Amino acid sequence: MKIFKNANKSIELIDVFLNTIDQGAFIFKEGVKNYLLGNRESFVDNLKTLSNLETEADISRREIENLLYNQSLMPQIRGDIMRLLEEIDNIIDLSKKSLFQFDVEVPSIPAALNQDLIKLTELSCSAIESLIPAARAYFHSPENVKERIHRVYLFEREADKLADAIKRKVFQELPITRLSEKFHLRYFTLHIETLSDAAKAAADLLSIMAIKRSI
Amino acid sequence: MLFLVFLSSGLFLGWSLGANDASNIFGSAVGSKMVSFRKAAWIASIFVVIGAVFQGHGAANTLTDLGSVDALAGAFTVSLCAAIAVFLMTRSGLPVSTSQAVVGAIIGWSAFTGHQTNLSVLWRIMGTWIASPILGMIFSALLFLLVRYILRKSKIHVIKLDSLLRFGLIAVAAFGAYSLGANNIANVMGVFVPSAPNIVLNFGLFSINGVQVLFFLGGIAISIGIFTYSRRVMETLGKGILDLTPEAAFVVILAQALVLFLFSSSSFSAFLDSIGLPPFPLVPVSSTQIVVGAVMGIGIIKGGLEIKFKLLRGIGIGWLTTPLAAGFLTYLALFFVQNVFGLEVSSTIDLVEELANPSKEGIVSHLDLTVPAIMLIIFVLLVLLVYLVLRQQKLRLKAENQVLHQQNQSYTSSKALNELEIRAIQMQNTMLTNKLELKRQELNTILMNISEQRTFLENIAIELCRLIGIPDIQKRDAKLNELTLLLRQRMSFTKEIDDFYERIDKTHKNFQLVLVEKFPDLTDNEKRLAMLLRLNFASKEIATLMNITPKSVEIARYRLRKKLQLKERENLTEFLKSL
Repeated sequence: MKIFKNANKSIELIDVFLNTIDQGAFIFKEGVKNYLLGNRESFVDNLKTLSNLETEADISRREIENLLYNQSLMPQIRGDIMRLLEEIDNIIDLSKKSLFQFDVEVPSIPAALNQDLIKLTELSCSAIESLIPAARAYFHSPENVKERIHRVYLFEREADKLADAIKRKVFQELPITRLSEKFHLRYFTLHIETLSDAAKAAADLLSIMAIKRSI
Repeated sequence: MLFLVFLSSGLFLGWSLGANDASNIFGSAVGSKMVSFRKAAWIASIFVVIGAVFQGHGAANTLTDLGSVDALAGAFTVSLCAAIAVFLMTRSGLPVSTSQAVVGAIIGWSAFTGHQTNLSVLWRIMGTWIASPILGMIFSALLFLLVRYILRKSKIHVIKLDSLLRFGLIAVAAFGAYSLGANNIANVMGVFVPSAPNIVLNFGLFSINGVQVLFFLGGIAISIGIFTYSRRVMETLGKGILDLTPEAAFVVILAQALVLFLFSSSSFSAFLDSIGLPPFPLVPVSSTQIVVGAVMGIGIIKGGLEIKFKLLRGIGIGWLTTPLAAGFLTYLALFFVQNVFGLEVSSTIDLVEELANPSKEGIVSHLDLTVPAIMLIIFVLLVLLVYLVLRQQKLRLKAENQVLHQQNQSYTSSKALNELEIRAIQMQNTMLTNKLELKRQELNTILMNISEQRTFLENIAIELCRLIGIPDIQKRDAKLNELTLLLRQRMSFTKEIDDFYERIDKTHKNFQLVLVEKFPDLTDNEKRLAMLLRLNFASKEIATLMNITPKSVEIARYRLRKKLQLKERENLTEFLKSL
């Protein structure tokens, strides 16, 4: 129908955007694993893919913004929606930056930390992956948002705990003599942990938006 | 003409109604920018007029039943006093309803003229004042539950819902405007009904009587109120409804429209009567109070709203104070109109009966306006067509202008780029020409040099040939020595070396100047040595260039150091470079 032309286009763009973020989280996870396991070629491949996905997400977000504002769609909630998309876009931006840090700084990670860092990455990415269905629910059935975002909070809490444990290990247990190396490892733990924090920030916004929308 | 003058108070009341009550219908749609104000004002105006003309008689008749204001001056005073009461109470910040003011003013008129107030009608009217917000509350609560259920079941995407709501809001607001016109026109023109002209205008497809003409004028007054003042009211007073979500606003407007419709539709009332149910009283009610009830209905369902007793008390007080104030004011005003201006505020002839049985008097004039109506429609259609064509043309011109502007911009930028390129190419050409000139000069020099060398070598060859023939050994040796010296001289003063120095002098002109200025005692050879040292040439190379032995170069360096007054630790080359 003609009256739904712009609406359908916006819906499609939002779906594409959320799919891109979902894929980004997966690629980030693979990238960190490949780095830790020493698969340099696959890591570089992941980095390129993530970079492309980040660009795609930016383009989709801008297109959505143009459409919502030019066609005066949802004047009351479009501001909230754009903020949410920005918050979610921030996650893929951070993922790309973190993976680039691995590529540029080439941190020397002791094998004893590999499993912990892989687990931390998985937790952070799970927080992102749980955020996507919650964001989709906001558009279709805002009353279901709450029951979906609690998983984001759960993964974020777990990621925080594990990150603390890794930092403790680095500074107190592992036989690393140089302080600079300890700092370096702490920063990389922080880079991965930040992703779950960004997912939590988006979830906070989503929960307020869902309350505003629920009738 | 006099009729129109007396009608002015009713028209003013209509203007005030349009200005204040339109925000109840379109406030949320316009405030949330889902519909533009212009579009909303047009839709509201058209539907208010339609509702007033075709459905307004029901509620108006009830007011006539309450008290038939049968003289124009009386109707004018009643309407004016109701308007003044509304204005004063609004200014004082008191809750007020036009319907209540009009009822109070009519009672005031009845009291002054000694007419009997129909108490059963009065109780019925007062009953609707209480019933209308309650009905608004019930309708909105039920509709809200229904809408919520549908939305939750359908899981419609928020963006699609937005598109649907846009149309939904326009549709219910049009229905609301129609019901507002049908119900509230009684407030505006009800008191003038008994004084309406006895005419029937036949437009071919339909015909309207004098009362409907009156309602049409009232509808136009409401529309003017909507266009001229309602935007400001929507922006300042309409906040209460504006804060609702679009879904809730849709429910509130629909509930309001339904209640207004129930209290104004004679067909629905007749339908209820036909199926044995008590008919709805056709009474003008306050749209604002219905909205308050409707918003409360949603609040109750959502469970988050406290009942605002202050607001309810205000409405309750308004039910008493508004009619009292309007009635009292009317009583006073009628006294002045009758005794000071000497105008008749009540008639002895029963105009209602006259209206009801026009044929008895035989004074109803039938005007056939079919042809003018058709002509008017054709005219309106033509105007519309011309407007659309002009608009289309304007849009096309605008689009063309935009394209031209863009083309112009791209042309300007490409022109600027071309100019830059041309300038760059010109500069390159100049550089190439200079380079070419230099090369040409170099070639000339080389050519001259070659020819000079050739002449010199030819002369040497001739001289050597001559020597072969000389028998005297001494003379031959002397000549050979002479030739050797000539060759050596040639080796030391070659043109190439001169050229080399010339070029160095050109490129390091500043250095030469500084050197001469600081150390004026230096000889030409010393200056040349300083220059070669500055260029980092090794002693061996300097010896070749100056045609002296390396040892002599060392001595020359020593002498130069002395002249430049350098200390032992200071490096000569570095010093020369620093100049």
